[in-house]
Amino acid sequence: MKHARESWKHIRRTPHQALAAVTIMVLTFLTVSVFTFLIFGSSAIIKHFESKPQATAFFKDEAKPEEIAKLEENLKQTGKVSRTRFVTKSQALQIYEEQNKDDRLLLDLVTEDILPASLEISTYEIEDLTEISETLKGSPIISEVVYQRDIVDTLSNWTNAIRVIGVTIVIILTVVSIFIMMIIIGFKVSQKKDEIEIMKLLSATDWYIRLPFVLEGIFYGIAGTVIGWTIASVGLLLATPFLESFLKGISILPVSPVFLILLLFVELIIATALGVVASSLAVRRYLKVK
Amino acid sequence: MIRLDNVTKEFPTGTTALSEVTFSIDKGEFVFLVGPSGSGKTTLFRLITREMKPTSGEIHIGAWNIGKLTDRHIPNLRKSIGVVFQDLKLLRDRTIFENILLPLEVAGVAESETTQKVDAILEQVGIAEHRDKFPIQLSGGELQRAAIARALVFSPEILLADEPTGNLDTTTSWEIVKLLQDINKSGTTILMATHNTDIINNLLKRVLVLEKGKLINDNKKSKETKEQDKHEDKKEPDKKEEEK
Repeated sequence: MKHARESWKHIRRTPHQALAAVTIMVLTFLTVSVFTFLIFGSSAIIKHFESKPQATAFFKDEAKPEEIAKLEENLKQTGKVSRTRFVTKSQALQIYEEQNKDDRLLLDLVTEDILPASLEISTYEIEDLTEISETLKGSPIISEVVYQRDIVDTLSNWTNAIRVIGVTIVIILTVVSIFIMMIIIGFKVSQKKDEIEIMKLLSATDWYIRLPFVLEGIFYGIAGTVIGWTIASVGLLLATPFLESFLKGISILPVSPVFLILLLFVELIIATALGVVASSLAVRRYLKVK
Repeated sequence: MIRLDNVTKEFPTGTTALSEVTFSIDKGEFVFLVGPSGSGKTTLFRLITREMKPTSGEIHIGAWNIGKLTDRHIPNLRKSIGVVFQDLKLLRDRTIFENILLPLEVAGVAESETTQKVDAILEQVGIAEHRDKFPIQLSGGELQRAAIARALVFSPEILLADEPTGNLDTTTSWEIVKLLQDINKSGTTILMATHNTDIINNLLKRVLVLEKGKLINDNKKSKETKEQDKHEDKKEPDKKEEEK
């Protein structure tokens, strides 16, 4: 308690330095929070697309049921296909009607005869989709093959880019925040150099001297985390209605409060560690006095 | 209580601050350490408090062997030695009470015990009325008393006073010496570095003289030698008479 009071006195007496330390920590943990949302969000979007039928093969009208069954059997025998679903002409019409129920004109224009029967195919590995699609294209009863590999590929590339950029920025900001905290706490330690020397001569242990500065570092870390996390979380909650309409059908919003609390908890642990490391490094050289 | 065996201290710059110094001080003694500036008095104090290690030789403080003391045990050693520093080392932004409280705070003594103890010591050294003043508001003598009070707060067995009368007028110097004598009477071993010949000559205590890092005189040894010589002189006439 005495050490906490001492730390609070250090902070109160140098408000501008404290503000600088908290600001860099806010920036670091705001970035950590935002990139965590982006990485988890984009991963969820990819998962959504990967769980959907990844390729759809449309049959020619003259395709016979036994030919379709044989093709379906051949696909399953490759061992690469996880799931197939045959969609008849009438089911295709139902889907079309569901998708365009608000547009009377479109509904009137289309009948069951126009729509082809199709086979929806999912593979275990998205990389196998090209090979399966090529096989299907070679079949005489198939008129067209549509698959989502491009979408998933693009999303995967984006997610990887977000990960790399996010991790890089977070590492840079972490290093910068450690340096800034070291400079700020180091400055305060150097101001108290004489006091530290006297305390050592009056039988103070290293931890007695170190603790108020370590607590100060932890305070900056925790304050920065709470503010950064709050800004990111409130921003996400405010953006949720807009994102929900944009990401229709993908069930990632609203974000679970448990996820947000867990993120805060992890960030607090990291911030505490940062505070301890930065302040310990700052005090270390002054503890060499015996 | 304090024993130095052939202690030498050389600094990395090549300066030899102390050279093969040997002496021992018994419990309850009051000893003056004299010598010109740069003779090694402060270095000797810093070695005793383990601010630094000797280059060679051994220092024993009670049961502690200073050279073999691990960093972890230094605080324990320092609790048993009170030091009145030459530059006092009082914290300017703390009151006299807070300055004297500091060693107790550092040692983690409960607040309920500390206030009473500090007030009693302030009373003992005669500056109780300055309890809540800051060092800048006190005179040289009062500051010296505050420094002594802080050194006494753990009731140490040894008190090292590094020129405690250095910047004081004659009357105040004698007041401080009298205070140290009172502390000595209560059983505390005192080693006091000083230039003040008036005090040394009047008190007739043991004197260690350092010059250029060497112990050139220890009047305890001289006394012992003289007493031994006297003893031998007494014996010799007897022998001569016997021979006759």
